[in-house]
Amino acid sequence: MSLLNINNLSVILETNKGPARAVRNLSFRLEKGETLGIVGESGCGKSMAALALMGLLPERSKTEGQIKLDGQNLLEKDDQEMCQIRGNRLAMIFQEPMTSLNPVHTVGNQIMEPLRLHRNMSESDAKVETLRLLDRVGIPNPQARFDNYPHQLSGGQRQRVMIAIALSCQPDVLIADEPTTALDVTIQDQILDLIQTLVREEGMSLILISHDLGVISENTDNILVMYGGAAVETGKTEQIFDELIHPYTQGLFAAMPKLGRAKNRRLVTIPGTVPDLISMPMGCTFTDRCPLATEVCQNTPPPVVEVKSKHFVACHHLDEARDRKTEELFS
Amino acid sequence: MSVFIAKRVLTLIATLIGASIVIFLVMEILPGDPALVILGVDASDEAVLALTKELGLDRPPLLRYWGWITGILQGELGNSYAYKVPVWELVEGALLITIPLAVMSIFLSIIFALVVGLYAAANHNKAGDITLMGISQLGISIPNFWLAILLIMLFAIELRWLPAGGFPGWKDGIWVCLKALLLPSLALATVVGAILARITRSSVLEVFREDYVRTARAKGLSQRATLWRHVLRNALIPVLTVTGIQFAALLTGTVVVENVFHIPGLGSLVLKAINNRDTIVVENVVLLLATMIIVVNFAVDILYAVIDPRLKAHDI
Repeated sequence: MSLLNINNLSVILETNKGPARAVRNLSFRLEKGETLGIVGESGCGKSMAALALMGLLPERSKTEGQIKLDGQNLLEKDDQEMCQIRGNRLAMIFQEPMTSLNPVHTVGNQIMEPLRLHRNMSESDAKVETLRLLDRVGIPNPQARFDNYPHQLSGGQRQRVMIAIALSCQPDVLIADEPTTALDVTIQDQILDLIQTLVREEGMSLILISHDLGVISENTDNILVMYGGAAVETGKTEQIFDELIHPYTQGLFAAMPKLGRAKNRRLVTIPGTVPDLISMPMGCTFTDRCPLATEVCQNTPPPVVEVKSKHFVACHHLDEARDRKTEELFS
Repeated sequence: MSVFIAKRVLTLIATLIGASIVIFLVMEILPGDPALVILGVDASDEAVLALTKELGLDRPPLLRYWGWITGILQGELGNSYAYKVPVWELVEGALLITIPLAVMSIFLSIIFALVVGLYAAANHNKAGDITLMGISQLGISIPNFWLAILLIMLFAIELRWLPAGGFPGWKDGIWVCLKALLLPSLALATVVGAILARITRSSVLEVFREDYVRTARAKGLSQRATLWRHVLRNALIPVLTVTGIQFAALLTGTVVVENVFHIPGLGSLVLKAINNRDTIVVENVVLLLATMIIVVNFAVDILYAVIDPRLKAHDI
């Protein structure tokens, strides 16, 4: 049995314009100690999938399918039961360290909260543990930082505090939703290294969400590429980078700026924009932007094909996608 | 923190000086000669002139303003033109009624605002929320003098629970006096409480959308624990601001409400003094009311810094 087993997960947001399917029939597994990267551009449903795992979706939303943690379906649990799991077995780091900490409480108090809640620690024990955690996430002089307020810390330090909070109860799964997007480039690597190290040492599983293929490729065992709320390609990280198949994955890869490219060359983009979640095509969600799209893509959802061992692609035109070079598809 | 308070004290003093100038100028412009009002329209010109001289009203305005301010600083408010008694004697008794009345009203409105605002926010867009917000809209729209009359009809005339008006005096016991102030403070608290309840509700709802609230939930805190530990304190800042502003409206309201209930407070005193052109009483009472408002807002500023540590740090 997998640690985390997501089966046909759909998230439907009730909007004023009608229901929007932010996540459609997403399935994946996560084993203990494994790292999974979810990649896709803004609005593809990555964050919604993560919030669904945590049971923290916005009020006007509906979920379908199963999220099984150790065989128990989290979608059937009520809020009280989820409170036992959140922060304890599932923990999450968010994109915005600047606004993710409460401005009116000290850093120390905010880290102590889950310790007292889930590990039933006394105030003094929780303080000792908090100081240890602050040290662990690389904050110098924890004793002094304990009584600091978030505004007295830099963005990178605040994200370290968020990591300390997420780590505090030794969760089984750590979900990091774009943990470095809001940070300075120089700090990004430090934070990713820190997450990587802690995950390895604590034996946690990691779901790393990013729009940056580079970040994903360096930090994960497996990749799930999402587009329009659905998984378009999944597989082992090396395998996928060995052979990018889905036209969208190829487009993402082509869009990465590369050092050493000829000067004055325009950056490659995928034409068009992410489709409106309310009026998605019946078939493949990538149809409108795909250079290989035909009528069948428009009307029929693509079959999910295992092209190699555990490398799945959802596309009607697999052979053509494999034959064409990325540069031919997007330039 | 000390720099923060020092800056606020300086602002407070500057505001008081500004307020005193405005009050003095307005009383200067106000038509009606105090001497003429005291002596009646039939008085001879000589008598009016003599009284004007006696009251010191023939001196140039700048000198009179200076005399007024230096008098206050020495604890000397002068004598009422109309009653020939020291102004302080008139003010003292009125103050002992209006301050408890204002405190009771603001206390009632804050309790009402927190209970209703939090309940409405917790039940956002449900029947309870919509009903309470409808009622509070009604509360904002009702003029306080009319509400005062309705309250008298219900609680004093129909049910006979509370006195219809008047004030017995503190020597008759605290309980009787508080009972006499209950209906007036209800009439005053309704509008302020209704406004504050709406602010509380929207402020709580806004804070609930903050990222740090999501963090709190992600830690495993229940909705209720999140509300108490992470939402309330942040949501109080706008509520506090509006409370400070509404305190001024509340004191203005006392003028009307004290008259409806025949309570000899500052509001009644100032109204009578205006009718009598007893300018010296008007000036002093209005300055006193202004001081109360400024001091309350000073306290609000200090409370900000207690609630939000970011303000202390920037010393604004």
